[in-house]
Amino acid sequence: MKQSEGTTKISVKDLDLFYGDKQALFNVSLDIQEKKVTALIGPSGCGKSTFLRTLNRMNDLIDGVKINGDIVIENEDIYKSNDVIKLRTKVGMVFQKPNLFPMSIYDNVAYGPRAQGIKSRKELNKIVEESLRGAAIWDEVKDRLKSSALGLSGGQQQRVCIARAIAMKPEVILMDEPTSALDPISTLKVEELIAQLKKDYTIVIVTHNMQQAARVSDKTAFFLSGEIIEYDVTNSVFSNPKDQRTEDYVTGRFG
Amino acid sequence: MNVRRNFDKNLQELQNKMNEMNALTVSAFEKAFNAFKTQDVELALRVIDEDTAIDNLDQEINQFAVWLIAKEQPFATDLRRIIASLKITSDIERIADFAVNIAKSTAKIGITESLISITNLEQMNEISMNMLKKAVSAFIDGNMTLAKEVGALDDQVDNHYMETYKKITEYLRIHPEETTQLVQLLFINRYLERTADHITNIAESAAYLIKGQIYDLNQ
Repeated sequence: MKQSEGTTKISVKDLDLFYGDKQALFNVSLDIQEKKVTALIGPSGCGKSTFLRTLNRMNDLIDGVKINGDIVIENEDIYKSNDVIKLRTKVGMVFQKPNLFPMSIYDNVAYGPRAQGIKSRKELNKIVEESLRGAAIWDEVKDRLKSSALGLSGGQQQRVCIARAIAMKPEVILMDEPTSALDPISTLKVEELIAQLKKDYTIVIVTHNMQQAARVSDKTAFFLSGEIIEYDVTNSVFSNPKDQRTEDYVTGRFG
Repeated sequence: MNVRRNFDKNLQELQNKMNEMNALTVSAFEKAFNAFKTQDVELALRVIDEDTAIDNLDQEINQFAVWLIAKEQPFATDLRRIIASLKITSDIERIADFAVNIAKSTAKIGITESLISITNLEQMNEISMNMLKKAVSAFIDGNMTLAKEVGALDDQVDNHYMETYKKITEYLRIHPEETTQLVQLLFINRYLERTADHITNIAESAAYLIKGQIYDLNQ
């Protein structure tokens, strides 16, 4: 069941990251494949979320962060370019807790496109519908687009967050524990959605739920103390890990 | 804090049940072959009776393994151990069935002049029981060398099987009056050959647990 190697979408080389004096990532190198799901696993504090946030420069918002190394997305080193807005359009993000704005469902999804200057009602309607369909939530909300997004259930809110992310037509979607606040059925809906989204998008997901990593991802990277210990096709990582530390983590011997 | 204490205890319990089933099967096999050698029909009938305990353990282990998968959602070595346990248990159960088959053949042969000496059945039995010890130790101790030795011994059993088949059929041509016993000997020849195959499967499951790859030791 080995997956064939695809095209590299994001290439990370020798990445070090410091929060002030404290080093959080050590010499991280990995290639993330296009239109595949890559899972990042590891115990709390291992650097996996920090790593995820380097991919769209979310760490720039934190004082005292220093980054060495290269992150190349389609021939462009993202830390050598100054256009962070363009980067974040290309690399969208979904967070642990749904973080919708206190406005209508429609306005949440149209927020990004409007900020990009799209004003045509017709065009916005089209983007909102396509995005909500793409996030597998259209049928549930199509009759209440003007009501507050905060009235939706947690699972629905998270899928609207995904719709909001895909409304920007990104190429990569980063997900930081997207289902940790959801009930099992909503979790399965989001996982189902991830499987659909990977036809069009490259997805990188941080998860503490190892069964989820096994279910949704093509490749898995195991982080420990800021280093990548093992990066392989998901099947290998969970059925026959090469490194004893990976084995100990996935079988619950630590972490 | 060892967060796996309960899971480890359950895995040990699974192992204990398998050890118990294996011990009963080895004993059944030894009794069956002894009964066959000494034409002890009473002992043979006892082997047939006692098979129920082995079948019950087989079911118990299966249910327990399925429950462990459901509740622990195991990964890596844990997953491979439970899968290997399920497969090994089913092989041990088949081996116990062959002991029963040998016992049934023994009952059919009854008391008559034994023709066992024209065959290699005793050697096959001896090698098979040695293989079973090695295969089970390979699984319990994670010993890959033992698993490979089982594959080599299976080749010896296969050679004895071919030879015995020839000897019996030749003897049958000359002594058609011995057909009843000779047909049963042919069956027992086959049972022992199949037993060795199932033991080889056990060694393959042990190798899967140890290396995480599918091995074919029966070539």
